[in-house]
Amino acid sequence: MDPNRYERQVNLPEIGLEGQKKLSRAKVLIVGAGGLGSPISTYLTGAGVGTIGLMDDDVVSLNNLHRQVLYSEALIGQPKVLRAAERLRALNSEVEIRPYQEKLTESNATVIVREYDIVVDATDNRAARYLLSDTCQALGKPYVYGAICGLEGQVAVLCKGHATYRTLYPQVEGAPVPVPPKMVSGVTPAITGSVEAAQVIQLICGYGEPLVDKLWTIDLRTMQTAIIDL
Amino acid sequence: MTIKINGKETETQSADLGQLAEELSLPAQGTAMALSGKMVPRQDWSSTPLSDGASVFIIKAAYGG
Repeated sequence: MDPNRYERQVNLPEIGLEGQKKLSRAKVLIVGAGGLGSPISTYLTGAGVGTIGLMDDDVVSLNNLHRQVLYSEALIGQPKVLRAAERLRALNSEVEIRPYQEKLTESNATVIVREYDIVVDATDNRAARYLLSDTCQALGKPYVYGAICGLEGQVAVLCKGHATYRTLYPQVEGAPVPVPPKMVSGVTPAITGSVEAAQVIQLICGYGEPLVDKLWTIDLRTMQTAIIDL
Repeated sequence: MTIKINGKETETQSADLGQLAEELSLPAQGTAMALSGKMVPRQDWSSTPLSDGASVFIIKAAYGG
């Protein structure tokens, strides 16, 4: 570990050399390599998290580029996790990047999640979130939840205290599944994903008060934020 | 009475969170409500009374990423 690389964050009393060692030993799984996954993976790689798993089965599209800042025009049509892995390794060769070019399913979730200390939500659908939450709860892994809608974002640390994704949004049998609108500003996942990355660093280093059993929300029309006890 | 919904003062006739959800036509799932900064499970909405000056926060589900 080159001490120069992390000098500016090690100088923080909340992180220090001890925190940096904890970061280098940590294994974090990021599920989704899109809008949220871009800032999450970039900042966790920069921070020197030792092992980062990145999971996504999608390819880069032109309409991704306004928010998925890991990618560029030349990469359109190419698998996201493979190109993201190259970019992240170039950013910090000390981090082991493990790309998973597949969807999260009931058959692979347990095997993959078991390998990691913390799971970060960068998915784009509700079914994946129920599966992530249930898997993390069963394996006793903290689940850093994050989701966006248009100009709003939410983050919570679930499956560490009492709250799970089902506490937040119980599944109602027979109720129609809402279809999320395909509209979002590029800065919404930038802000929300950065808050998720901040929670991961906080959990690993053990400072302050992470959002355990608390939901943080932001509305980018008014810049109103709230923290709700779950 | 006057309550605050997401920080905005609002007049309501609703006596509890269940009635407020009806008044606001909240969908059957994908919405959460908090009273005084604490999440109230949906099954408790109708037994959670509102009083003048109550602070309600409505959380719309977000599924994107």
